[in-house]
Amino acid sequence: MGKDELKTKITELLAAATFEEGGEWLNINVAVGDWPNFAQQLRQEPTLWFDYLFCLTCIDWKTHLTMVYFLTSTKYRHSVEVKIKLDRTNPDIETVSQIWRTADFNEREVYELFGVNFINHPDLRLLILPDGWEGKNPLRKDFEDPINMIRL
Amino acid sequence: MVEEIGTTTEGDLIINVGPQHPATHGVLHLVITLNGETIKKVEPHLGYIHRSIEKMCESLTYRQFIYVTSRMDYLSAHINNHACALCVEKGLQVEIPARAQVIRVLMDELTRIASHELWWGAMAMDIGAFTPFFHAFRERETINDIMEETCGARLTMNYMVPGGVMYDIHPNFQGRVKSFLQLYKLKIHEYAELLTGNIIFINRMKNVGCLSPEDAISYGCTGPTARGSGVSCDIRKYYPYDAYDKVEFDEVLETNGDSLARYMVRIREMQQSVRIIEQLIDNIPEGDFQAKTKAVLKLPKGEFYQRVETARGELGVYIVSEGGTTPYRIKFRSPGFSNLSVLDHIARGSKLGDLVAMMGTLDLVIPDIDR
Amino acid sequence: MWSISELATDIDAWLNKTFNPTLALAIEMVIAGVAVISLFAILGLVLVLMERKVSAWMQIRLGPNRVGPKGMLQSLADTLKLLVKEGLTPDGADKVLFNLAPFIAIIVAMLLMAPIAFAKDFQLWDLNIGILFVSAVSSIMVISILMAGWSSNNKYSLMGAMRSGAQIVSYELSAGLSILSIVVLSGSLQVSDIIRAQADGWWIFKGHIPAIVAFITFIIAVTAETNRAPFDLAEAESELTAGFHTEYSGMKFALFFLAEYVNVFIVCAIGATLFLGGWMPFHIGTWEGFNHVMDYIPSSLWFFGKTFFLIFVIMWFRWTFPRLRIDQLLNLEWKYLLPISMVNLLLTTAMAILGWYF
Repeated sequence: MGKDELKTKITELLAAATFEEGGEWLNINVAVGDWPNFAQQLRQEPTLWFDYLFCLTCIDWKTHLTMVYFLTSTKYRHSVEVKIKLDRTNPDIETVSQIWRTADFNEREVYELFGVNFINHPDLRLLILPDGWEGKNPLRKDFEDPINMIRL
Repeated sequence: MVEEIGTTTEGDLIINVGPQHPATHGVLHLVITLNGETIKKVEPHLGYIHRSIEKMCESLTYRQFIYVTSRMDYLSAHINNHACALCVEKGLQVEIPARAQVIRVLMDELTRIASHELWWGAMAMDIGAFTPFFHAFRERETINDIMEETCGARLTMNYMVPGGVMYDIHPNFQGRVKSFLQLYKLKIHEYAELLTGNIIFINRMKNVGCLSPEDAISYGCTGPTARGSGVSCDIRKYYPYDAYDKVEFDEVLETNGDSLARYMVRIREMQQSVRIIEQLIDNIPEGDFQAKTKAVLKLPKGEFYQRVETARGELGVYIVSEGGTTPYRIKFRSPGFSNLSVLDHIARGSKLGDLVAMMGTLDLVIPDIDR
Repeated sequence: MWSISELATDIDAWLNKTFNPTLALAIEMVIAGVAVISLFAILGLVLVLMERKVSAWMQIRLGPNRVGPKGMLQSLADTLKLLVKEGLTPDGADKVLFNLAPFIAIIVAMLLMAPIAFAKDFQLWDLNIGILFVSAVSSIMVISILMAGWSSNNKYSLMGAMRSGAQIVSYELSAGLSILSIVVLSGSLQVSDIIRAQADGWWIFKGHIPAIVAFITFIIAVTAETNRAPFDLAEAESELTAGFHTEYSGMKFALFFLAEYVNVFIVCAIGATLFLGGWMPFHIGTWEGFNHVMDYIPSSLWFFGKTFFLIFVIMWFRWTFPRLRIDQLLNLEWKYLLPISMVNLLLTTAMAILGWYF
């Protein structure tokens, strides 16, 4: 499916979705509350069939956080990018680890590096950082560590 | 029995495999819950080699950050650098000369052969056959010597730049690669006799760690791990970059999904790499080895994603740029991270000896996972 | 050329002439003890070096070649290193068993030297149930492994010891049955009788097919008995670090290490005695000249040559095959080797009764 057909199909599923122009793939902006149902539909809808979540990350714009999900379909070979804006002081979002199992580890990594809380995650704890780093979110832009950070 | 797996009951043994251990390649710490010899749960503890490369790259310029990534998956160092260079070029929208493209593909395929050789030798040693290790390293040494002559280093060859390659290839390069290929084609048959045809080896690997295609896609496995289960996902075929659309090679697929299938996928990939190199080595086009770019690179505001096929799977480089000289955010989607998450799923219910075979065929390089 | 038994009888006569009989007997016992211990030590050193050189040759590299001419003195350097290392006892280990385990391994190995015939008429103790003695005493080895694994207070050691216990106990059966085939053919358990029965040809040629089958099962079973690859799960480096002897260091580790190599020597010596004729030279039918030349080579040289050939074969296995998993190993024994050995024993008995051997 091309970009325009995907656009029409997705507006059918979720009217509140907005799109960004530019970029290699279709960028969809979704609200936090709509995300769980929308994710399920993206996975199950027979003409879309986005079964492969190949990248899950978070970006810290200084006023808010954005979760980015990259999805592709191994059947139809089309891809989309879903972006969700999160409140900086209260970053809560529903987990998708039941839909795409790869999200399990990836969401743990985002939790420890950015502090995003994933509701209903089966096992949310530190993955790569050692014990004692709960609460300090190193990849946020306001993280300061005078001894260890490199600034060239 | 199935309901008991996953819960710890009285009499279960919890052992630590690693972080210092002869069989885990790199510092991987697995906490295994055992009942006798049967595994009930595998929990990886990561982070022993976490160097926060993503945060580091936010303060390095676009020319500098490429070389930090060689240290991520050090066995496919060229391919990592290639991915970063391609992503930056996507942002700059600069055209790469044909000569640079072909040189990059040649270096990638040589790296893939070297990485698979080390995988083969180390995995054989874990299974208990000590001799293939030395044979594998003999081939790897030849490739390392070829790389050293052209790039100057044997492990982390900082050779790719945004725009092309850093220097032109050495005059001896073509001759040495051709003589290496002649010898190598005979050696692949030797390996089949030494290890692949051995009945003890086949019994160790058959029906061990079966991964279904749906699980492979759901867990995000890529590379030979997924192709061993029949999932067709070779980036070089579906999203070709550089000179990959101009060469002929097969995507190797197996349908069984067990360790033996993943093993055979890698062995055949080595043969396909030889095929690619043979097609290109005599036809390197003349021209520039580097496109003209400014000294200080500034990417326009926006985001860019580039995916390549490393020896382990799909590496993705995601750059978010705000228009400055350093990236605003970089994310590396590493293949080992998703491949490791499948280990718990396939290891439940098998024996401790099988765990070693499974880790060997998943081909985990821990610095790639921890970044 | 020379004959060790003549030397022994000469010494015996001289001792009995100079001292009274009891003192002569006591001195002979001391000489025998010293000879066994020194043979033990020399064998240990030679076999360690041989293993390293053979493995290097198979892996397209040179072995140790710095210490001494062509690396011949490497074992001495290793022994010196192990002697001066600190012997650690882990916290919480059962001290009595921990210290006792290596000694039991050594005692078993030394006891098994007694019935082996090193040369013509040269045995420490030619008892009438020699082969049964060997089979019985070698079973005690499993106790020392289990003691070592248990008393180390280490999960890896325990797992290695458990695996090893199961493996050794299972493979003793096949080894015993293949030994029995030859005992049935020669009609006696006494080692010197078995060797004398091979004066006109080695059992592996005279006993044709059943003897060859027995030989093959014997080699496989004793490789498993001595924890050598491809059956070396007990000390599988890549899985369990070092298995049951992980926590041993210094001299105690040296004792385990030596005991393993001397065990290999002993089982190969038994194999050479039963199947390849012991110290009997290689005769071909009626070729008088050839037989005379063969007789000229001393019998001790024949014996050691055959034993070292079998040791080389066992080392060859180690560097060629991958390791078997524990359930595949036990499967191999109980489902394949044991039925084959039993059927072979029946065939051999039938053959012996009907006289269908050479």
